[in-house]
Amino acid sequence: MTLAHLLEAEHISKYYGNVVALKDISMHVDAGEVTCILGDNGAGKSSFIKLLSGVHQPDAGRLLVEGEEVRFGSPRDARARGIATVYQDLAMVPLMSIWRNFFLGAEPRKGVRPLRWFDAAKAKRIVHRELREMGIDIRDPDQPVGTLSGGERQSVAIARAVYFGARVLILDEPTSALGVKQAGVVLKYILQARDRGVAVIFITHNPHHAHPVGDRFVILNRGQSLGAYEKTEIDRQELVRLMAGGSELAELEHELEAIKAEVG
Amino acid sequence: MTETTAAGTPPDERLVRVGPLSRLLTRPDIGALLGAIAVFLAFAYFARAVDWLSDPGIAAGWTDQAAQYGIVAVPVALLMIGGEFDLSAGVMIGSSGLLLGYLTTFQDMNVWPAILLVLLFGLVIGFINGITVVKTKLPSFIVTLATFFVLQGVNAAGTLKLTGQTAIQDIDTASGFESARRLFAGDLTHYDFKVKVLWWIGLTIVGAWLLAKTRFGNWIYSAGGEPNSARNVGVPVARTKIMLFMMTSGTAALMGIIEALELRSMQAKEGIGLEFIFIICAVVGGCLLTGGFGSVIGTFFGAAMLGMVQLGIVDSQWDSNWTFTFQGGILFAAVMLNTLIRSRAQKAR
Repeated sequence: MTLAHLLEAEHISKYYGNVVALKDISMHVDAGEVTCILGDNGAGKSSFIKLLSGVHQPDAGRLLVEGEEVRFGSPRDARARGIATVYQDLAMVPLMSIWRNFFLGAEPRKGVRPLRWFDAAKAKRIVHRELREMGIDIRDPDQPVGTLSGGERQSVAIARAVYFGARVLILDEPTSALGVKQAGVVLKYILQARDRGVAVIFITHNPHHAHPVGDRFVILNRGQSLGAYEKTEIDRQELVRLMAGGSELAELEHELEAIKAEVG
Repeated sequence: MTETTAAGTPPDERLVRVGPLSRLLTRPDIGALLGAIAVFLAFAYFARAVDWLSDPGIAAGWTDQAAQYGIVAVPVALLMIGGEFDLSAGVMIGSSGLLLGYLTTFQDMNVWPAILLVLLFGLVIGFINGITVVKTKLPSFIVTLATFFVLQGVNAAGTLKLTGQTAIQDIDTASGFESARRLFAGDLTHYDFKVKVLWWIGLTIVGAWLLAKTRFGNWIYSAGGEPNSARNVGVPVARTKIMLFMMTSGTAALMGIIEALELRSMQAKEGIGLEFIFIICAVVGGCLLTGGFGSVIGTFFGAAMLGMVQLGIVDSQWDSNWTFTFQGGILFAAVMLNTLIRSRAQKAR
């Protein structure tokens, strides 16, 4: 047997009634690596995340953590194995402050049972320190998360997952709703997390976001895998071509040129 | 705390220096405080026939009324911040008072164990409300409206069948009545201030502490603000909501006990209509109808305001029917003000 991967999916399939959502998908990720799951809308990316994060269970195939087969009954089970998921829209509670959000569900407490309270001073101190260590530039931990930009929200959510000891970080379309500059900021934090030894699974439909940060690329199309490639095996052009299924390539390239010109 | 960024870094250029006034105006409870002060001063003028400003008897009157509203408004506010309503909170006062009356007069029970049973009854009804909302995913507005009507019928029919009248009388004949009345419904030594007012202040302090300083408080905000996000990070949203429903019905039961001991009898239709007053107090206090935001301290001022209106209109020798119009006006003004304050708190500065 080869050396076990930190998280591995083996021949995973998922059916919703008679609909085949995913068929025979395999992938793996190791500490300090970024595996990108690429696919267009409806390719099965969301279903795949839900299997990895314990929201749903696969109908066929196995999930392995460090070579050991696991079955996640709930997201809580996945978290207990160090697998944290940051969702695109559901990362934070907008009306709550950054420090309240950061510790939501894992509030530090002080005092003596049964009279214990939320150690707000400690929470604020840690948030300040953690965000600075990740190089995240926020204005004031007391401000409601709703006042942050989309990129800042994703960044804080990533910092939170890293702080709470995530070994595998699943990012669901963290850059898709963002502008070019904002997306760049989030990509930077993905690399930050990777450099701290976190295994990152980066789900996106954008090959231009995936290629610079990914070590490995798995391309999904209509619930099936078009193959898994190491970074050395595939260049950006080829990734784009696979993503677009080849056919609409000319049109796409034209658009991309326009975007490139815009970014300058 | 002062700026703690790394030494040498200039303060963030995006942080505009905020004046103390506009910083204050991002707090949800300030509007209610200002409103309460405004109402107080207004009646100092309109009710100048009595000594509104300095007569302790007058203050005892409106604080009594405010406590009547404010005690149950505390958990109602927490529940609203948690994203749910309880329309059965008013009728529960009647049901609980009647149950206390039934246990003490028809079952000859000592008041103290009867009080424990009534509180337990409140928690059970709250649990039923909560579990129904969480399991069926129906709006709590509908679920608790159903509870409201069921209990309303039980109160009226049950009382009539037991007594042949519309009230249970003579609760003061029960053993243990005097000692219980001292704790729940007595007068404080001076000026007829009711002990009820202390319950109101005490519950407000507990509620505010719970919301601001505990893990449970953090869960309340998140359960109302964005329940899916909260669930994703491991907050037991369902359990939090059920607890809030239990606190609300339990506190309504406490209010029923206070009223039954104070009045020595209980009307079958007691408490009906108060559910909306509690919600007005919470909204005046800055609670959003959509959940996730609000203040227990603000709710305290909201109750104070409504208590003042109730008594002030009488002291101004106006027709007391105007009370409803005032309550409606206060509700509307509060919602407008809250929308303003929230958009200030939420929008990028």
